[in-house]
Amino acid sequence: MDVLRRSFLTLAAAALLALPAAAQTSITVASTTSTEQSGLFGHLLPAFKVATGIEVKVVALGTGQALDVARRGDADVVFVHDQAAEEKFVADGYGVKRTPVMYNDFVIVGPADDPAKAAGKDTLEALRKIAAAKAPFVSRGDKSGTHAAELRYWQQAGLDLAAIRSDWYREIGQGMGPALNASSAANAYVLTDRATWLAFRNRGQLRILVEGDVRLFNQYGVILVDPKRHPHVKTEAGQRFIDWLISPAGQKTIADYTIGGEQLFFPNAPKG
Amino acid sequence: MLPILIKGLTLLAGGRAVLDDFTAEIATRGITAIIGPNGAGKSTLLRALDGLVRPGRGTIAFGPGGRSPAPRRAFVFQKTALIRASVVRNVALAVEAEPISAAERAARVAAALERVGLAARAQDAARRLSGGEQQRVAFARAWARRPDLLLLDEPTASLDPAATEEIERLVVALRDAGTKILLVSHNLGQVARLAEDAVVLASGKVAEHGPVDRILKHPASEAARAYLKGELPWMSFAGVS
Amino acid sequence: MSLRVSVAASAIGCAIGIPVGALVAIARFPGRAVVVVVLNALMGLPAVVVGLVVYLALSRSGPLGHLGLLFTPGAMIVAQTVLVTPLVAALTRQIVEDADGELGEQLRAMGLSTLQRARTLVFDVRFSLAVAVLAAFGRAIAEVGAVLVVGGNIAGHTRTMTTAISLETQKGDLPLALALGFVLLAIVIVVNAAAAALRSHAARRYG
Repeated sequence: MDVLRRSFLTLAAAALLALPAAAQTSITVASTTSTEQSGLFGHLLPAFKVATGIEVKVVALGTGQALDVARRGDADVVFVHDQAAEEKFVADGYGVKRTPVMYNDFVIVGPADDPAKAAGKDTLEALRKIAAAKAPFVSRGDKSGTHAAELRYWQQAGLDLAAIRSDWYREIGQGMGPALNASSAANAYVLTDRATWLAFRNRGQLRILVEGDVRLFNQYGVILVDPKRHPHVKTEAGQRFIDWLISPAGQKTIADYTIGGEQLFFPNAPKG
Repeated sequence: MLPILIKGLTLLAGGRAVLDDFTAEIATRGITAIIGPNGAGKSTLLRALDGLVRPGRGTIAFGPGGRSPAPRRAFVFQKTALIRASVVRNVALAVEAEPISAAERAARVAAALERVGLAARAQDAARRLSGGEQQRVAFARAWARRPDLLLLDEPTASLDPAATEEIERLVVALRDAGTKILLVSHNLGQVARLAEDAVVLASGKVAEHGPVDRILKHPASEAARAYLKGELPWMSFAGVS
Repeated sequence: MSLRVSVAASAIGCAIGIPVGALVAIARFPGRAVVVVVLNALMGLPAVVVGLVVYLALSRSGPLGHLGLLFTPGAMIVAQTVLVTPLVAALTRQIVEDADGELGEQLRAMGLSTLQRARTLVFDVRFSLAVAVLAAFGRAIAEVGAVLVVGGNIAGHTRTMTTAISLETQKGDLPLALALGFVLLAIVIVVNAAAAALRSHAARRYG
């Protein structure tokens, strides 16, 4: 029995070690794949920790899923980019208050030879041309903020997706990175936030075709989950995170994040 | 506690009666051989006596008038099942279920190993032993259980003559210590050397039951004659009845 | 991170799965055949489904929400344990049942109870069981669906080798993802080699 007993003891000891170390102050933030995959959090959170000693754990999901997770009480703060959905979240009593933090912008990337001749400054015109050419287009299809924005643009372009979509319109139901990978593989058009695009390494033949349209602004907001709904929410630490994000120090840290010299996020929190 | 009274024992396996209305009374002491052709039901009888199989019909009872509790039993098989562990651990299995203290268990195991001449090999891996030594482990297990009734199912069938002699010495020692022994064997020389009486089993029934000497020399039943002729073709049983 | 979670899950999975598998192997009770089928089916449980169920259970709005385990390594251990326990139990049942065919009758002849026989047989096949343990560990460490859902892939907290590979792939950093994949592969190879060495040692020592 010795061998067996000894190996079990060893395993059991390992199991104990694997349990989380004594909890220090930490909060869980449900956020988007774009903030995570662009590397912004990797830049932002260490600075916040230095300033406050609070550790932030980020669960990166699509905006819709992030709001769902927070609605179930599994996060303390949400940090997402779909203004309409965020306002509904607060109105339904799940969040305390929505505070704008920063924006970045969307771009449409596509094959370098641009078979649909979509390049330009007009988002809606570009979508009409892609649809007309039935050029391959990858959609997130995951209820994320980017997906919501994409659906809004189709609508504003006067196109009824349900009626016109066929093989050329591909919903992949995944995050921004996989969507870019899929586009790169299929040489397809795709709507992406600029930050994820800049951080993305597997571009293949893709390049930016449409940018600079005012419609392409992508506003991020931050919301504290309402402790009245979920009493275990770490209100104080969560509020400190929000306060720091919109403070001059936090806003400067956001502005300082660059990839290849290009600024990715533009802080625009309301002043004091 | 003994004798063993077996009445109307019937056991079906695969639609065939392995034991068919088997009735016998087996003596209190000494060694009783159970002989007969393959498939006659010898091993099944031993298993029924040890409670390993449940008879469909019939009774097994012990003691005068059949009112004694079941005796303490041990079973030695033709090929002993050994676990991947030391000799001493393998023998210890035999007393694991005994309601005695750990110290007493260890003492019994040590005594049993001493008895079968394996004390020096107690820490060796049991499966690495020779065939004869493995059967000695089986007898050490039996010894440690201090049985009133020992069931031997062809214990030397796969051993060479030297190892067989070794095992036979252990059988005799156990008998001399007061253990009743039932021996299933095709080795009629062994039966003649060890057993006082013999039960000849044929097709699940008792063909004949009597002193070994008489049965081997003057079998009374047709079945016994046929079996002995098969095993000892050079002898002639003609004209005996 | 990967190692600690998977080792812990495998350990708990074995602590539950081996006794259960051994008892199912040798005990005779009504409904045993059904239990065996269910165990074998659970072996192929899709990781994502396990992740989802554990997520719903551990969520603050779920029945075990008050534990506050979601998005912690604890949650990942729970999910992987659910995943590997049936695997260990099913493999153990098969191995112990085979050993029981060989040794069971003689153990019963020595008067051992069901529990004692289970213990003895598990001990006898301990080196073969190493394979089951290894299969459990392999499934746990290579698994991404369940830990991603319940762990949240939080950097430095619940990020494992597999979820990191998944993330790097999404970021399009395929070389880095591939490199991480090789590290994972190396771990699995080393563990398997160790198990093979143990088995051959055991075969020489115990036959």
